[in-house]
Amino acid sequence: MNEVQAPAARRIPDRLDNPLRSAVFSWQTLLLLVAIAIFTANSFASPYFLTPWSLSDATFNFTEKALIALAMALLIISGEIDLSVAAIIALASTAMGFALQFGADTPGLVAIGIGAGIACGAFNGFLVTGLGLPSIVVTIGTMSLFRGISFIVLGDQAFKGYPASFAFFGQGYVWWVVSFEFALFLAAAAVYYVALHRTNFGRRIFAMGNNRVAAQFSGVRVNRIKFVLFCLTGLMSGIAAVLLTSRLGSTRPSIAQGWELEVITMVVLGGVSILGGAGSISGVVIAAFIIGLVTFGLGLLNVPGIVMSVFIGMLLILVIALPIVYRMVRQR
Amino acid sequence: MSRLVRTREIWLLAAIVAMIGAITLRTPAFAAPGNLLGIFNNTAILIILALGQMVVIITRSIDLSMASNLALSGMAVALINAAYPEIPVPLLMAMAAVCGLALGSINGFLVWKLDIPPIVVTLGTLTIFRGTNFLIAGGQWVNADELSGDFIQATRLNLLGLPLLSWCAIAIALLFFVLMTRTPLGRSIYAIGVNPTASVYAGIDVGRTKFIAFCISGLVAGFCGYLWVSRYVIASVETANGYELSIIAACVIGGVSIAGGIGTVGSAVLGALFLGVITSALPVINISPFWQMAISGAAIILAVILNARGERRKGRIILKRAETGA
Repeated sequence: MNEVQAPAARRIPDRLDNPLRSAVFSWQTLLLLVAIAIFTANSFASPYFLTPWSLSDATFNFTEKALIALAMALLIISGEIDLSVAAIIALASTAMGFALQFGADTPGLVAIGIGAGIACGAFNGFLVTGLGLPSIVVTIGTMSLFRGISFIVLGDQAFKGYPASFAFFGQGYVWWVVSFEFALFLAAAAVYYVALHRTNFGRRIFAMGNNRVAAQFSGVRVNRIKFVLFCLTGLMSGIAAVLLTSRLGSTRPSIAQGWELEVITMVVLGGVSILGGAGSISGVVIAAFIIGLVTFGLGLLNVPGIVMSVFIGMLLILVIALPIVYRMVRQR
Repeated sequence: MSRLVRTREIWLLAAIVAMIGAITLRTPAFAAPGNLLGIFNNTAILIILALGQMVVIITRSIDLSMASNLALSGMAVALINAAYPEIPVPLLMAMAAVCGLALGSINGFLVWKLDIPPIVVTLGTLTIFRGTNFLIAGGQWVNADELSGDFIQATRLNLLGLPLLSWCAIAIALLFFVLMTRTPLGRSIYAIGVNPTASVYAGIDVGRTKFIAFCISGLVAGFCGYLWVSRYVIASVETANGYELSIIAACVIGGVSIAGGIGTVGSAVLGALFLGVITSALPVINISPFWQMAISGAAIILAVILNARGERRKGRIILKRAETGA
């Protein structure tokens, strides 16, 4: 995030790449090929993979994380990071469970979950923009703080007994095999795509991530946008908390433990530069599918979760290292 | 600059002493020398790990894989010990350290040769190391009855009133002090943290120095793998799960700047001790251990706010000098 490199001489090409060629060699194409390869491998490896209901089940593996990854992508492109997203889920879920004890109904629970998420995001945003602190340490701190509050409230207990109508968000289907979670993810992905790639807001995020100072002098309200992005990440974490709590039907303080790293893995795998300034929503969406397919496919083959994480870790390093190695080999 | 950091260290030391004092008012037995030495011994592993992490953070990198490295190296020597109890413990310690060094060098290599950002590399190796731990152990635990007596007793060996574990922390802290303040390598590590571009012009190989920093953190994590298994008498897949953030927290509380270039051996040790005292104090003053996470989170945020004040002042001075120089 704070890499400073000696300015390299920039080579200016005689003519621009033609659009077809650059599309073929783009990051998204590489990811899509990986996704197709995994999909095909899965279909051959297990006879249970290629059925509509299996595939629908597969989406539950990643939609909640992918929702957060959309907002996280914007945040990382702008040059910041939020490690507290999983802790926000824990706190928002605890807030919902707490409200349940006082007889909150389903709309109330959803409002409280999302509200708590936004509040946590705003707190991060205030610390980073208001006090000018580095986001990576701030959110390591709030990560302990938010989940810690959850532990203080719950200890070794759990909140249970959510109303039946609340179960729809995490377990309901909109149409045939399309779950509410998945439909929500697709809708959110469309919204984020437009916001990042088709609006001034998105253009400003790229500008900030590439050169904060230049963006500031060009009239981009850097701090305000950063604050909004932290709130957005909080909002998405709040939504994920609603979905996850509804799917599990209970709240424990250890809920969504370790998700922050999986979300960031998704974003980085999606081609977003961890140094900021580059990335796309389509890449993140494909990366979410890749991770979902890998974990679900390996799950069908009875591979334990921890071994899957080895695959995810290697995938992360390989996909990032391959283009670099390719470039190095070509330059020789 | 060193005066500024010194005063920070003194403040932190004062905070730790004040905390111990306040707890002693309620529970006089807390300040008994035996108890304080016990707290130090309990914090020894965190101190050693924080020192390794500090070196990496000073070079503007971060090592998220230390806890997984610790777990994997610890599991490796525990399995060796269970299978071949006749191998002497000092050799096992060396094996753990070498295993950690090898894992750390993977991180360092990817950062140095492929120029992948350290946070991405160690995020990947974090999960890979932990998964490998599961694979080599087949998901099993290595329990106390499978470990040899020497293996378990080594860290408890009493020398001049202190267990060997505490001596390890003291010795490693001294080694790091010499490394960071008295060797060209230490100077290079600070230099590339303060200004990588200037370091290149000064003839320092930035990538290679980062590689060495990751080797150091890996070596330390591997050695702690042995210490951890010997101390807690169990090696499992879950060993030190999530501990990487406590290590970073110790550094941040101590005043090691995540932006690189700032941090001393004293600061890392005090940061770790601060967390150690909180952990030991909570049960004594009858606060549920469930409060610990939130308190250390609040401590981290507070420490970052204080750090930022100190650094901002320093940053301005450097800018002015650069302007007049140019």
